[in-house]
Amino acid sequence: MTKPQQDREAIIRVRGLKNQFGKQVVHENLDLDVWKGEVLGVVGGSGTGKSVLLRTIVGLNTPAAGSIEVLGVDVLRAPDQERMEISRSWGVAFQNGALFSSLTVLQNVMAPMREHLNLSDSLMRHLGELKIGLVGLPQFACTKFPSELSGGMVKRAALARALTLDPAIVFLDEPTAGLDPIGAAAYDDLIGELQQALGLTVFMVTHDLDSLYAICDRVAVLAEKRVLVEGPIGDMNAVDHPWVQEYFTGPRARAAQHKVRSC
Amino acid sequence: MTVPSLTVEDIQDTLSVRFAGDMRTAVLDAVARQAGGVSAKTGRVMLDLSNVSAFDTGGAWVVVSLRQRLETGGATVELKGLSPAWAALVETVGEYADNPDSDEAPPRGFVPWVESIGAGTVGAWANTVSILGFFGLTLHRMARALLMPWRLRWAPLVKQMEEVGLKAIPIVALMGFLIGVVLAFQGAVQLRQFGAEVFVVDLISISILRELGILLTSIIVAGRSGSAFTASIGSMKVQEEIDAMRALGLDPVEVLVVPRTLALLIMLPLLGFIADMAGLLGGALMSWINLGVSPGMFVTRLQETTDIWHLAVGLIKAPFFAMVIGVIACWHAMQVRGSAQSVGQSTTASVVQSIFAVIAIDALFSIFFSEIGV
Repeated sequence: MTKPQQDREAIIRVRGLKNQFGKQVVHENLDLDVWKGEVLGVVGGSGTGKSVLLRTIVGLNTPAAGSIEVLGVDVLRAPDQERMEISRSWGVAFQNGALFSSLTVLQNVMAPMREHLNLSDSLMRHLGELKIGLVGLPQFACTKFPSELSGGMVKRAALARALTLDPAIVFLDEPTAGLDPIGAAAYDDLIGELQQALGLTVFMVTHDLDSLYAICDRVAVLAEKRVLVEGPIGDMNAVDHPWVQEYFTGPRARAAQHKVRSC
Repeated sequence: MTVPSLTVEDIQDTLSVRFAGDMRTAVLDAVARQAGGVSAKTGRVMLDLSNVSAFDTGGAWVVVSLRQRLETGGATVELKGLSPAWAALVETVGEYADNPDSDEAPPRGFVPWVESIGAGTVGAWANTVSILGFFGLTLHRMARALLMPWRLRWAPLVKQMEEVGLKAIPIVALMGFLIGVVLAFQGAVQLRQFGAEVFVVDLISISILRELGILLTSIIVAGRSGSAFTASIGSMKVQEEIDAMRALGLDPVEVLVVPRTLALLIMLPLLGFIADMAGLLGGALMSWINLGVSPGMFVTRLQETTDIWHLAVGLIKAPFFAMVIGVIACWHAMQVRGSAQSVGQSTTASVVQSIFAVIAIDALFSIFFSEIGV
């Protein structure tokens, strides 16, 4: 599935990133490339700064040092106008959905279009309903408020909102956390399908070994304040690091691996 | 990004619809409208996308919805010039695009309007009943806490007393002081005309001690602590913390409402007293500066003419106001449903209603006290 090195195009390029909160250094000298059209899974123990990395790339957190290029634009130093433009080329689905609680699901999905694009109301509604359908939500979910949805539906609605502007990159923060195994597997399939159909690049922070084995082209392991190792998940067993060993060769990893092989 | 365009050509028996440019969501508006206007007699339609330079789900939706509309009209539609990736996208979108219009405008007119008034009235009555029920519940829990003091949560109580009482002292004292100053100043202007400057002491002491001190303190506390109660408990409700408490066998009224209301009950009279004293101080100072009524004279006159009952009448009202503010604020917090906006609405309603209730009760008390002749 991984393409040869030369015709890869880095859509996100992080160099020498340093993040610090007070005295606590989260990232130091972190380098990471995300290739166009791949599904990258970012894993790491609790507190290794997976979500911080995601937030930093999308500009919600200003790093202490380093550079971040998205689609060839230095997002930390670009003028505001350019940064706004580039921010339309990604969609973010937050861990708890972060849907606007006072808007219905359809209004949530339409919100980015309403803000950024000049489209007629009925076109926006149709496109919104299309996105809601794409993420596998029933049509009756359109008029529901986020508080009336189940956890899995909230995650799907968040994905629909992230996809609204047809972004090139989708950031997912723990997309399958808190879903039942069937729901999580369906969500994985969905991301895989959408990634194929829409040609997305997916940056996914996850703990879910099943997702890693099922849909991720590549895995980046965060440890010791940097990307300790990256590569296809098959290569992870050979990495000589206690955390990586424990993570990828533990009982749960073996089960997940087995499941993928057997189907 | 080039704005996409659409040209329609009728070649022999085939209607050829040519799309060109960037078929992307951001610039889709015009072409979507144009596509909506394309109509075909029964026959063959060719949707040609060879000149399209970019394509996304929005573009695919325009193509798909046009195809669906023409096909239901009886035409046979062919797509041309799609790369395999785009064809896959069209197919994916096609699976989900067959949703009919779901425009549901809210009903308008006279009957729905009357209906909404009726619903509002019924709702208001239900709320009144519910708030009275909550008042009773709070009283019951408070009584139980007082009979069984070990059940009372002392740490939150003290913490709330600090929040609603101690921290409100500066603003309440300043407010009282300024009211005293204003009364002295305004009173002086009027009383000087009659040479009755010394009556300014009666004016200040009676109006502040009986009414203004406690009333304005209650209004400040309703705005300050009532809103805090509603917002904090309301946010807990949104986060399902209240449900968690119930599931753990804790009574939210006992854990959250009783300490807050009790803290108000204890602190509001004290705050009212502080406001009274600050008001007298401000009044005395202004009388001295503006009217030459010396502090000594002010005190003497105060002791001679102002009965202690004036102070008592003011402070007797404080616990009632405290109870009303606490119960209304906590009741509104419990009405929060789901969203962050709902917290905001409840907080606003809580402050407005508790201030209104305080003023209404104050009016009832004035009638009551004048009837019994105090």
